[in-house]
Amino acid sequence: MSDFVNEFWNMYVIVIVLVSILACAILLLVQGKATFTPGKTMGHVWDETLEEYNNPMPKWWSWMFIITVVFALGYLVLFPGLGSFPGVLKWTSAKEHAKEVKEMDAVFNKTVGPYLTMDIPALAADKKAMEIGKRLFLTYCMQCHGANGSGAKGFPNLTNDDWQFGGTPEKIKETISQGRMGIMTAHDALGAETIKDLANYVRSLSSQSGVDTARVERGKEAFMNNDCVTCHTPEATGNQDLGAPNLTDNIWLYDSSEKTVIETITKGRQNKMPAWQDFLGDAKIHLLTAYVYSLSHHGAQ
Amino acid sequence: MIKHDQIEKNVGLLFILTLFVVLWGGLLEIVPLFFQKSTTTPVDGVKPYTAEQLAGREVYIREGCYNCHSQMIRPFRAETERYGHYSVAGEYVYDHPFQWGSKRTGPDLHRVGGRYSDEWQRAHLMNPRDVVPESNMPAFAFLANTKAKTSVAADIEAKMGLMRSYANIRGLPTYSDDEIRGAKAAIGDMTEMDVLIAYLQGLGTALGTMK
Repeated sequence: MSDFVNEFWNMYVIVIVLVSILACAILLLVQGKATFTPGKTMGHVWDETLEEYNNPMPKWWSWMFIITVVFALGYLVLFPGLGSFPGVLKWTSAKEHAKEVKEMDAVFNKTVGPYLTMDIPALAADKKAMEIGKRLFLTYCMQCHGANGSGAKGFPNLTNDDWQFGGTPEKIKETISQGRMGIMTAHDALGAETIKDLANYVRSLSSQSGVDTARVERGKEAFMNNDCVTCHTPEATGNQDLGAPNLTDNIWLYDSSEKTVIETITKGRQNKMPAWQDFLGDAKIHLLTAYVYSLSHHGAQ
Repeated sequence: MIKHDQIEKNVGLLFILTLFVVLWGGLLEIVPLFFQKSTTTPVDGVKPYTAEQLAGREVYIREGCYNCHSQMIRPFRAETERYGHYSVAGEYVYDHPFQWGSKRTGPDLHRVGGRYSDEWQRAHLMNPRDVVPESNMPAFAFLANTKAKTSVAADIEAKMGLMRSYANIRGLPTYSDDEIRGAKAAIGDMTEMDVLIAYLQGLGTALGTMK
C-alpha cells in the first residue's frame, strides 16, 4: 500500500477510514440518546400484523458495536490499512508466504535430507521415499503420464522398460530436470504410396496384423534408402541419444494403426517434455527420478 | 436531524442515501487502486497480448473457462508449490477485464504457460479424458472446426485498437499501427483452438521465475 502515485491518495485513504470509524461511533452515541418509548408501538402496521416498537438497542448489541470500533482502531495500528502506514507489525502477505515456505522447507528438507545421498535404485526400494515420490508424481506428472504412469497417446508410458531417451537413473533425472524435445521430421515429400509402403514395413517389424507383404518389401527398401536410418538405425531399434523410438517392439507412443503410422511419417511429430529444474529443484527431482525408476523396476520396490 | 420515518416515506431520499452508502465503500476500496503503482504498472516482462493471444482470450471468455478456472495464485505455500510464484497485481495490467475467477472446479491457470506442450493442450482440449482419465472437464473439440478469423478474430483490429486506447490512457507500452494492421495476417488460418492454446501458453510466463 506504500506505492500511491502521490501523497494525496495516502491522505485520501486515511481520512475516509478514520472519518468512517468516527461516524460509526457518533451514530451509536446519538442513537443512544434518542427518545425511546418502550412497550409502545410506533403506530403503523404493515402486512396486517407487522408492527414496530421503539425500544432502546440491547446492551449486548451496543457493546458489540463499541468492541468493533475499538478492534478496527487496534487493527489499523498493527496492520497495513491506513494509507501508506505499514502498521506496527510491518506485516505483508509476501513476508507471511516467505515465512510459511521457510518453515515447511525446513520440515521437508529434514524428511528428505537422508534420501538425497542415496542412489536411485536404493531409493526406489525405500517405501516411505516412494510414498513421497508418488505424491509428487500425482501433483506434477500425472496430467501427461497418467496417475499410474501408464501414459497416453503421445505421452510415454513410464511403467515399461522402453525409453525414448534412456532409462538409466542419470538419463531419467536429465529428462525431468532439463526436459526433452522429440522431433520427427515430416516426410510428405516421399509421396503417399511410398509412405504407405513404409508404414507397412514399420508395422511388420513388430508383427502387427494386416500388413501387405509386397508393401513391406518396398517399404524396407525405402526405409534403408531414406533418412529413416539416420535416427532409427538400419535395424530400426532407434537411438536414445536422439529420442528416436525403437520400431521393433510392440510399444507405440502414438498408436499402431496404419492410419496413425502414416500420419506420423507424413506430418512428422513434435513432442515436448517441459524442463522442471527451476520449478522443482534438486530434492524433488531426485525423489521423482527414483519414483519413475521404480515404476518399471518392480523388483526394486 | 432527519427522522428515519422521513427517509422511509420518501423513496427519492431513500434511494440517494442508499446509493451514498454503497458508493462510500467503493470510494475507499476501488478508487485508490487506480492510483497505485503496483496495480497500474506492468511488472518487468509483461507485454500486451499478441493478436493470436488476444483472440484466444476471447475464446477463453466466450466458453466461460473462468467459471471453473481461476487466474489468481494466492500467496500460500500450498498454492505456490503446485502452481508457481503467487500472482502479483502488475501482471494483470493488460487484462480488460481480468480473468481472476472465483471458483476452482479445475486448477488455477495463471501460470499454465509452458507447463504443458502444445500437443498436450490440443489433446486435452479435444478430449480431456484422453490424457487425464479422471478429468471432469468438458471436451472442446469443436474449437478446432472454426477458423478464428471468422469468429473471435473477425474484429481483432478493433479489439486491439480498444486495448491500445486503454493503454494510452495510462501511458503504457502498447500496439503499433503496424501490429494492428498485421493482426489478421498473424492469425492467418489458425483455428479457435490454436489461438486459445497461444493464449494459454503465454499465461503467467512474464515473471521470469515460475517459482
